[in-house]
Amino acid sequence: MNPYLNDFPILNEKRDGKRLVYLDNAATTQKPLSVIRAVDEYYRSSNANPHRGLYGLSIRATKMYEDSRAAVREFINAEKDCEVLFTRNASESLNLVAYSYGMNFIKEGDEIALPVSEHHSNLLPWQMVARAKGAKLVYLYPDKNGRLTEQELDKIGPKTALVAAAHVSNVLGTVYPVEEIVRRAHKAGAVVVLDCAQSIPHYPVDVRKLGVDFAAFSGHKMLAPMGIGVLYGKEELLNKMPPFLTGGEMIEYVSEQDATFAPLPQKFEAGTQNVGGAVGLAAAIDYINQVGYDTIIKTEEELLAYALDGLAKIPHLTVYGDAKAGEQRCGVISFNVDGVHPHDVSSILDSDGVAIRAGHHCAQPLMKYLGVNATCRASLYFYNTKEDIDVLLEGLKKVRGWLGLGD
Amino acid sequence: MGIENIYTQILTEHNNSNRNKHHIESPTAVLKGVNPSCGDEIELELREKDGVIEDAAFTGVGCAISQASASIMIDLIKGQTKEEALRLANLFFGMIKGEVSDESQLEDLDEAIALKDISHMPARVKCAVLGWHTLENAIRGEKGSD
Repeated sequence: MNPYLNDFPILNEKRDGKRLVYLDNAATTQKPLSVIRAVDEYYRSSNANPHRGLYGLSIRATKMYEDSRAAVREFINAEKDCEVLFTRNASESLNLVAYSYGMNFIKEGDEIALPVSEHHSNLLPWQMVARAKGAKLVYLYPDKNGRLTEQELDKIGPKTALVAAAHVSNVLGTVYPVEEIVRRAHKAGAVVVLDCAQSIPHYPVDVRKLGVDFAAFSGHKMLAPMGIGVLYGKEELLNKMPPFLTGGEMIEYVSEQDATFAPLPQKFEAGTQNVGGAVGLAAAIDYINQVGYDTIIKTEEELLAYALDGLAKIPHLTVYGDAKAGEQRCGVISFNVDGVHPHDVSSILDSDGVAIRAGHHCAQPLMKYLGVNATCRASLYFYNTKEDIDVLLEGLKKVRGWLGLGD
Repeated sequence: MGIENIYTQILTEHNNSNRNKHHIESPTAVLKGVNPSCGDEIELELREKDGVIEDAAFTGVGCAISQASASIMIDLIKGQTKEEALRLANLFFGMIKGEVSDESQLEDLDEAIALKDISHMPARVKCAVLGWHTLENAIRGEKGSD
């Protein structure tokens, strides 16, 4: 049995007599008891407004918040704590880069390169920047296995000012060659914005080794609570960027007509911050470190191979992207059942207690490129089991029958 | 609530049939309905004469619930006045929201009653009402230009 299953209360609760088979981990992960307890404990014993109070409790909340930042810094191997900004989620992090860097440093005629598979949160901000500044969006198209070929990567060239890319596609599960993208981008004098929301729950992300200029992720996809996210940025870039949001706590001195701003990271953290969320994120990092990425990767690779093998044996079923498990393939599986809309697949599986995602996965340009309106998506995490996959596969075998389409 | 109350024979027959899924001749109203959360879209075509819906059909893509719901709707509104079509649409919304559950009140919805249990599946409400909201907009849009 999976030894981690018992750490997740929600996975051990029965609903309508059925066990929850949770296969929507790319949308959000479930939370281990240690994270739930850390947040509970913070509000029970340490809650106060950080950075403002001169009394003991506020100092304690401040310390917990800043300790969480240090934990994130260490986790992603950033050089300094001030390069780690807390946000609400990856979307806010990416918007921060778009508004604060993109709107100020992208010029007319510049190119912004991005894979067509990007999540809307790493696509719409760049559409906005391109429209406002007269820059051009240049899309890189994956091949039938979901990979970016040399030819597509060659689109990163002298005119490229910024490359926005996910580390892992949230639809195809492809792991993109970030170091190669960074090499080409930096050669062109461009900055790289990495959306690692889908990778950091599953793979170690070392921002210095990857060489990225910015990296964004959400806590809730890596066992932490919702409402806490991170933007990593290189100090020299963050220093030359103007604030994104203005208001309390991000200032140095304010007069009636003017203001000067606090140094990093406070410059980008306006208003009261989500200390409970940051504490939860630090607890999630502890938990991931205890399990270890080696175990996470090994468990997920086995589950992925098992799932892809089982899916290949079901007639009338198409898997998108790479149909084989491997190093460049993460446990996100998009598929369709012939003649059955993903919504119906999802509702029918739900009746067996199986939670998958169905829809466009906030990646409509990729859907169009694949020639589909929507897909089903089963996404794995290390707390899933082969039994979970079996329930999924058995459910899928029945789907066409429900729609009056035979087997 | 069992899934068998939703995926009934009426639903699968309408979903698998193209009887109401095509273009019509000389439509007087063509309106697109989009469900942004899933990207599904349908296009409803109506031909109206003297306040009566002479012909109607739809095209587009969507799940079985959205497709069957639109098809059942077309059967119901053909030959009806615009006012009657709007009344049926409101009755349908009432049923899907769970506000109207009395069988005798719902009789006029005929086969659409097969979708009654969607009121217990909040995630699928948008699918069921896509065609009907498009109808409402098409009719009200026409009225607006009167």
